[in-house]
Amino acid sequence: MDYKEIISEAISSLLLNKTRTGLAALGVIIGIGSVIALISLGQASQKAVENQIQSLGSNLLTISPRGASVGGVQRAGGTGTTLTLDDALAILKQFRGSLVNDVSPEFSGRRQVTAGRKNINTQVIGVYPQYAQIRKIQIDKGYFISTRDVEGMTRVAVVGPQVAIDLFGEGTNPVGKSIRIEGIAFKIIGQTLAKGGQGFGNPDDSIYIPLSTAQKQIFGANYLTSIAVEVKDDNIMTDAQNQIGYFLLERHRLTSPENADFSIFSQADVLSTASSVTSTFTTLLAGIAAISLLVGGIGIMNIMLVTVTERTREIGLRKALGAKNKLIIIQFLLEAVILTLSGGVLGIVLGITVSFFLSHSMGLPFTVSLLSILLSFGVSVLVGIIFGIYPARKASKLEPIEALRYE
Amino acid sequence: MPTIIEVSNVRKVYKNDSVETIALEGISFKVQKGEFVAIMGPSGSGKSTLMHILGLLDKPTSGKYFLEEEDVSLLNEDRLAELRNRKIGFVFQAYNLLPRISALKNVALPMIYGGLEEEEGLIKAKRLLEMVGMGDRLLYTPSQLSGGQQQRVAIARSLTMNPSLILADEPTGNIATSQAEEIMKIFVDLNKKGHTIVIITHEEDIASYAQRIIYLRDGKIVKESKSKRIVKKLV
Repeated sequence: MDYKEIISEAISSLLLNKTRTGLAALGVIIGIGSVIALISLGQASQKAVENQIQSLGSNLLTISPRGASVGGVQRAGGTGTTLTLDDALAILKQFRGSLVNDVSPEFSGRRQVTAGRKNINTQVIGVYPQYAQIRKIQIDKGYFISTRDVEGMTRVAVVGPQVAIDLFGEGTNPVGKSIRIEGIAFKIIGQTLAKGGQGFGNPDDSIYIPLSTAQKQIFGANYLTSIAVEVKDDNIMTDAQNQIGYFLLERHRLTSPENADFSIFSQADVLSTASSVTSTFTTLLAGIAAISLLVGGIGIMNIMLVTVTERTREIGLRKALGAKNKLIIIQFLLEAVILTLSGGVLGIVLGITVSFFLSHSMGLPFTVSLLSILLSFGVSVLVGIIFGIYPARKASKLEPIEALRYE
Repeated sequence: MPTIIEVSNVRKVYKNDSVETIALEGISFKVQKGEFVAIMGPSGSGKSTLMHILGLLDKPTSGKYFLEEEDVSLLNEDRLAELRNRKIGFVFQAYNLLPRISALKNVALPMIYGGLEEEEGLIKAKRLLEMVGMGDRLLYTPSQLSGGQQQRVAIARSLTMNPSLILADEPTGNIATSQAEEIMKIFVDLNKKGHTIVIITHEEDIASYAQRIIYLRDGKIVKESKSKRIVKKLV
């Protein structure tokens, strides 16, 4: 058996009907192309999320109250009222120097903010001065909230650049201007440096006020919505997480971690959650793309069945001339595989092109993994074999006399 | 002279649903090496069925068929394919050339299945095409050739693997009378060179090129005779 001859015959018979071959391959091209594009886009966005979360600091622990239980229904995290300023100060007192650099007690919620006729709904965060350092917020103009502001319960605010634009328009310095939060006048003392969009609670679209002012005058609450803890070193994150956890349990007079009315998570936890979300999405999208590959494969099978019927006489002749069944199967299988493989190669090129332009326009890093390319090669060969085997077997089972007689 | 074909009491019955059609009813004959035999009969006489059995494309319902003294009724499909490739050269009424490839490649085609080297095959194919008078049209595709020319290519193809037997089924059936004579002359020449030929036809004229004619009617051999042409020559 001369495989070179069989391959060149397969190619020439595919080239005989270029339109049909092209259309049949199109299904595989689109299928493979979209799998490649979606996988590399998924990886790109995952990378982007990782970068963002890492930029928040890898030595940050966030403590949130466990969701309040109302009539037996567990509400979302952050709605509980069990976390207090005393908790935050106690943690600092207990662990400062050994495990912890600093602690930032926080209260945040969305409120209506007005300046002149402008009216926006945005995130208002009551903070301690430590907030800026722990949450890596930098000041662009003016000053951040000071200890005196917190102690004096002053009505001062620091705004994010997006808030400044929304309230005063682009290019205006908001420092010194006055805004109203829930009708109470605040004087702007500073503006933060733009940090870039960050999904949950964009820091550029937030207003920072002293914690005491926020609790007493705006939100009317004596608890905290979160405590951020800066741990001394990222190597002791787990240790810190455990020790602070047990310390708080004791303070809240709880006996076991299962009953904890708070939760502590690190950036690594957030990262893994976010990663698992994006990877679920990537898998889902790739799954949808794989369905289009399946449809493409069915198209290949359809065309191969038509080809077998059209070439019944040829198959009969080949058998009369001494072709064994195995060789007939190989011939038609090879045609199907060459068809899907060339579709796969074009699909890979298409997928890379699409993901290049998409990631460019979405501002994501452009990544193409070698694995997904190799996988696509394998998959397109596999599609050829899976959807080619039935037509090929059908061809090999033709009776030579019937096949020769066929008009 | 060794025996190429020995058919002994061959019956072939087709079953279609519950209706049985008897195509061959106890046929026995021998063909010796170097013979040129015509099997003649009207349509429905069973000659095509016989041709398929002789060509190992079909199996008899009962009876024995020895090809070069080998009982072929017991062989599996792959072995039959091998025998078709090496021992039998087919010439069909409709030529059955592959339309996409050149005359040269068509002639070389059986070698893909017989395991010959491509280069060696093409040299041989060229020589065979020259022998049947197609040396100037090696690279023509079948659609560029007349019926007679296509049949010459098909005859060349039947010789590719040096078969023990050339089996021709109505080889002139689709060809103009003027060209038919030339085709038959090629068979006569091949026979003179020692090839064993069995030709199936319903035309007396064509059968008369053979040395021996077997007459078939309703699935039975009704008569066997020396060809008139040879009789004429003898007279």
